[in-house]
Amino acid sequence: MTVGGAGQLGSLGALASRDTPAARLDARVKVLATLAFVAVVASFGRHDLLRLAPLALFPLVLAALGDVPLRALLRPLALAAPFALGVAAFEPLLDRAPAFTVGGVAISGGAVGMATILAKFALSLSAALLLVATTGFDHVCVALRRLGAPRALVAQLLLTHRYLFVLAAEAGRSLRAHALRAPGRRRPTLRVAGTMLGALLVRALARAERIHAAMKCRGFEGELPLVRRGRPGRPDALFAAATAALLLVARAVDVPARLGAGLAGGLP
Amino acid sequence: MSHHLVGVDDVHYAYPDGTQALRGVSFLLHHGESLGLVGANGAGKSTLLLLLAGVVFPERGAVRVGDWPVTPATLPHVRRSLGMVFQDPDDQLFMPTVEDDVAFGPLQLGLPPDEVRARTAAALARVGAAHLGPRMPHRLSGGEKRAVSIATVLAMSPDVLVMDEPSAGLDPASRRGLVEQLQAFEHTKIVASHDLDLVYEVCRRTIVLVGGTVAADGPTAEVLARRDVLAAARLEPPLRLQGCPRCGAAG
Repeated sequence: MTVGGAGQLGSLGALASRDTPAARLDARVKVLATLAFVAVVASFGRHDLLRLAPLALFPLVLAALGDVPLRALLRPLALAAPFALGVAAFEPLLDRAPAFTVGGVAISGGAVGMATILAKFALSLSAALLLVATTGFDHVCVALRRLGAPRALVAQLLLTHRYLFVLAAEAGRSLRAHALRAPGRRRPTLRVAGTMLGALLVRALARAERIHAAMKCRGFEGELPLVRRGRPGRPDALFAAATAALLLVARAVDVPARLGAGLAGGLP
Repeated sequence: MSHHLVGVDDVHYAYPDGTQALRGVSFLLHHGESLGLVGANGAGKSTLLLLLAGVVFPERGAVRVGDWPVTPATLPHVRRSLGMVFQDPDDQLFMPTVEDDVAFGPLQLGLPPDEVRARTAAALARVGAAHLGPRMPHRLSGGEKRAVSIATVLAMSPDVLVMDEPSAGLDPASRRGLVEQLQAFEHTKIVASHDLDLVYEVCRRTIVLVGGTVAADGPTAEVLARRDVLAAARLEPPLRLQGCPRCGAAG
């Protein structure tokens, strides 16, 4: 994660402390809904671009319920986009057979495949980001634990999130120190960057040891206990049912084809 | 209950790289005492604190906390009676929110939820941080982080409070607040610091470490007035014991 990425995640998490309908939903329900959503998004084939469209309802509604400005999602999406692009970039090269034509221009299967990968990426990541922005990372971790995730995994997630900011701040200071003594350069040379990364790693290891000592001194035995109360209520049941309905319909019914057929049927 | 709270007997310790950090340190600390541990960088202060908390173990000599010799088997008991505040609050505060962090120790002690809540609230109030409960530690100021770090340990009701450089990195007002808090704590205290004015104000007794040995041990006012000892320890007398910089009158 980049220095900017840690900041983005931090400001998203801060959104979750507001009292919104989405924030009031039970964290476990939101975690399960998000996992199911990502699974359904992933289940579509590489040419099912249009069938993904109805699924956009889930992030849109969750963003509206959580009063999360879409702008807040765009930055982290853009930061992670190179990874998705790296995967999707080969599609147009591998599959050049035309899939269909629009206004006389042939669209290759590869182009559709690329767009599908990007759409899947945008849908899954915005759902995950919205989960954090409407729930808070700590509540997500508690929910995972209560849903039966192993305690070591949850402890790792919590500590990674906590120290991401410390590490990002340290990396930022290193870069600034470099910039101030190398005014002519915009970024360190590969060699210097390697040394800086090494120093960062050594400092991180030393800090990890100090943190572990501090944890042991307060009785740490493997579990990071978080006390969060609350049980699912009627809004949670409603949210779960609506999500389930959306996912089932999107999975079982080819909504765009039906709509198209309906339109075509309506026109003489 | 033994008559003393902390016993350090002829302790030797070398780091894995061979650096000899402590060469035969001994002292006894009684209930209610406040001890300042001063010395140059590398004199062995932090190492001594790690030995007290059972983070590392001496290669020779013995450490006792309360009724327990500090060994791997007795650590749960030792850590109940000794509360350690680390130098860098970012090391001390590892939970997602301030409340979670302060509640961590009491939860590990297996206390019931109501008691955990009560202790968390009381500890935060004690350090003037009651309003910080839901905040994330990485968004606090240096002074706030320090206050919360101390609260995390107070919530465990330790018999002895151990602090490593508590005033490091604090602005003067935060430092003043810290001094007043520490003066108000009736806990048995061990404070390792370069800040001799802090030690002067907070600790009745002072030990000077030089090269891993005890160079002086006695009432703070007497020890910190001994310029020969301080010079050997690469320290300077606290400002309040120095002459007035304007008129030259003795401190």
